[in-house]
Amino acid sequence: MTPSQAQGPRFSPLSVVALAAWVALLVVLSVWMGQQAYRWLPVQASTAAPLVDGLFSFETAVGTFVFGGVVSVMAWVLLMHRADKYDESDAEPIEGNTRLEVIWTAIPLVLVMAIAVYAMRVNTTLGMLGPMEHIHLRSPVEDAGGYPGDRLPAEQVEVIARQWSWEFRYPGADVAATELHLAVNQPVTFRLVSDDVLHGIYIPAFRVKQDVIPGRAIDFNLTPTREGRYRLRDSQFSGTWFAANQADVVVESAADHQAWLQAAARQPLQSGISDASREFAQRGQSTKAGWATVPPAPPPQVNVPGSNTLPHDG
Amino acid sequence: MTLATFPASEPKPSWTRYFTFNTDAKVIGIQYIVLAFFFFLVGGLLAMIIRGELITPEADLVDRTVYNGIYTMHGTVMLFLFVFPVLNGLNNLLIPTMIGAPDMAFPRLNAVAFWLVPIFGVLLMSSFFVPGGPAYSGWWSYPPVSIQNPLGHLVSGQGLWLTAVALSGVSSIMGAVNFVTTIIRMRAPGMGWFRMPVFCWTALAAQSLQLIGLPSLTGGAIMLLMDLVAGTSFYDPAGGGDPVLYQHFFWFYSHPAVYVIILPVFGIFSELFPVYSRKPLFGYVYVAVASFIIVGLGLVVWVHHMFPSGVPEWMRNLFMFTTMLIAVPTGVKVFAWLGTLWRGKIRLTTPMLFCLGGLFNFVFAGVTGIMLATVPIDIHVSNTYFVVGHFHYVIYGAAVLGIFAAIYHWFPKFTGRMPYEGLGKVHFLLTFVGANLNFLPMHPLGLMGMPRRVSSYDPEFTFWNVIASLGAFLLGVSVIPFLLNMVSSWVRGPRATHNPWNAIGLEWLLPSPPAEDNFGEHVPVVVSRPYGYGSGEPLVEHQAEIEAALTQAEQLEAAR
Repeated sequence: MTPSQAQGPRFSPLSVVALAAWVALLVVLSVWMGQQAYRWLPVQASTAAPLVDGLFSFETAVGTFVFGGVVSVMAWVLLMHRADKYDESDAEPIEGNTRLEVIWTAIPLVLVMAIAVYAMRVNTTLGMLGPMEHIHLRSPVEDAGGYPGDRLPAEQVEVIARQWSWEFRYPGADVAATELHLAVNQPVTFRLVSDDVLHGIYIPAFRVKQDVIPGRAIDFNLTPTREGRYRLRDSQFSGTWFAANQADVVVESAADHQAWLQAAARQPLQSGISDASREFAQRGQSTKAGWATVPPAPPPQVNVPGSNTLPHDG
Repeated sequence: MTLATFPASEPKPSWTRYFTFNTDAKVIGIQYIVLAFFFFLVGGLLAMIIRGELITPEADLVDRTVYNGIYTMHGTVMLFLFVFPVLNGLNNLLIPTMIGAPDMAFPRLNAVAFWLVPIFGVLLMSSFFVPGGPAYSGWWSYPPVSIQNPLGHLVSGQGLWLTAVALSGVSSIMGAVNFVTTIIRMRAPGMGWFRMPVFCWTALAAQSLQLIGLPSLTGGAIMLLMDLVAGTSFYDPAGGGDPVLYQHFFWFYSHPAVYVIILPVFGIFSELFPVYSRKPLFGYVYVAVASFIIVGLGLVVWVHHMFPSGVPEWMRNLFMFTTMLIAVPTGVKVFAWLGTLWRGKIRLTTPMLFCLGGLFNFVFAGVTGIMLATVPIDIHVSNTYFVVGHFHYVIYGAAVLGIFAAIYHWFPKFTGRMPYEGLGKVHFLLTFVGANLNFLPMHPLGLMGMPRRVSSYDPEFTFWNVIASLGAFLLGVSVIPFLLNMVSSWVRGPRATHNPWNAIGLEWLLPSPPAEDNFGEHVPVVVSRPYGYGSGEPLVEHQAEIEAALTQAEQLEAAR
């Protein structure tokens, strides 16, 4: 609401100008905040990221205007409508105003519905770029297929979440790794499985997140758009080493990706990365006893352990 | 009618009654509040350990198992042993006195509901000392991680946790039956629905939600306990169960639980803004009715906690719309408070400062709430520190500040003593600055992709975590002036008159502190709407005589 609304019909031309100037200032501030909002997010590294960020920027601008408006009224009241020190009297009794009630019910209603419709459209677009999830109950992997948005066939990657490690299998190339490698601009279909508890696959640079649910195999699609090294984090609390259950995601050119797959297939199987197993082994010797934990699953046997300590792109 | 007399010679009741099975709602109210603040200190201490661990990226202060147990117990203690009990304490103090009832409808049930709180509190605390340590799977306790039971013992921290939560549910249902019945059946003559104070409207709305939602949580928790100790598989996929089913049971209650917390705080804002602006509540009827629109919508938004859990697209969209709609009745309330402040005669007393601070934080939380309701944004920030920041703005920034406002405002009524303004203002300043310093940095952290519930994190998150931890330590310090104020003013503060804030309401027509049966047989007849500031209309029949009698009794007391 703006200050003039509660004031009713009594306002001078000067106050109208001042109010208009203040609203204009708030609009400028809101637009600026909307632009700033992109900087609070990680780099955009998937087709989903610009859509999500655009929506976030829009809501930041709207939110700034609403918050700024409310705080302006509060500040004005605190500056201008304070009781004098020895004034014990009451203020003029304004009980309400039905027209105002209708206005400040209708405007937020229209506003939030507009946001919801915008968000639903983004949802639909995200779905066209690659459906966020299909739920199967232990059905076989579907044939590789294109999506309406981009006609490239999707690469298939099986993601196995464990307490506490991530394993990535490339069935086509007969490769397993504890570092996720993807080709840039190539759609990928993950098949998410867990044998123990809930996990969540979360790659902030891709703006995607999906719970991994034991007993279900969930297909999950995305398309990386920027080469670099990113982080994949477990996003659904999974027990003692939840925080350490992370992996690196390497997005590389199609040629580099093929070369990596071929080189990886020639590597012998070895223990993959599992910070949990390492810490658990140290814990046996430590005198600093904690509380009870289930033991970590043994590190997966993979062709390429990769790294999870190299610097990654924010 | 005959006027109530206020015999000054009544023997002062002994303080020991606070440790007994007392059925006076005012005693039970204080029992609830004092016990709740004991657990507030326990939960706060746990928060200090959490923020101590998170001041550096590595898991170095405590073992990871200990961290997980501590963050789980922090959330559990703060919700089930602080916020709910402290609000039930306010309900006990305020509902009967505001509607002119002598006590709650079922005084013994009321006492049983209270005494269950220390019982499940001790049960929960004892889990720190069982082999294996306390529950560690978060206050959501999602299976299967919550039924892994590493040591395999029958008595485990998780088992005690579930028993305590189930008992808490039973206690809250008993309380809710009592509050709802009391408000519906025991209002003063003349107090129709639209002459009832908004605090009672919001309490009625919140307690109705408890009655509808709690069976789902309590049932869900009992099934989880069966999975844990009796080998059933309601939720265990290994036995054909569905872990996502639990999430529905849990959130069907636990989202409305947020409204159970925030609605009475809306009630507190609606009571206090008029007093300290010297104006009627703007749009009283809309504010009152909006509470029940929030109840209706609040029951159909729970899936927004599960957007990334594997729910179909249509469900995501549907629950996004319902969640967005909640902004509308909530906005009606916020605008009504602004309308109340507008052109008022603002007095910046301690309770008013807490209300203004709470409103500021609440509007900020509303903005991030809209973002979280939006599916694509929620997918990115759910289970990150953005959510932790959002709900701490709601629960601490708005609800706890509102609760502090209520305590300072009604302290004189129920203790007969005035709290100290200076200490109160120091308390407000530390709380407001500390809360914003603590919880604002959580938003950039979440946007950058820092998951919640982590005992260690990547170095890029260090800067904002250090700021958050410093804010948390400031919040830790902020309770010192509060406790000093409460203890010293209760023991030797200046005597309070029956209406030190010059407020309008039935509770201010009682002596401070009120007699055990409040108005007894002499309940005044309500003749006008609440919040008649500036209108000059009396609230009740014979108001002038009642106030004169109260003043006379106070003068007699002072002279002795």
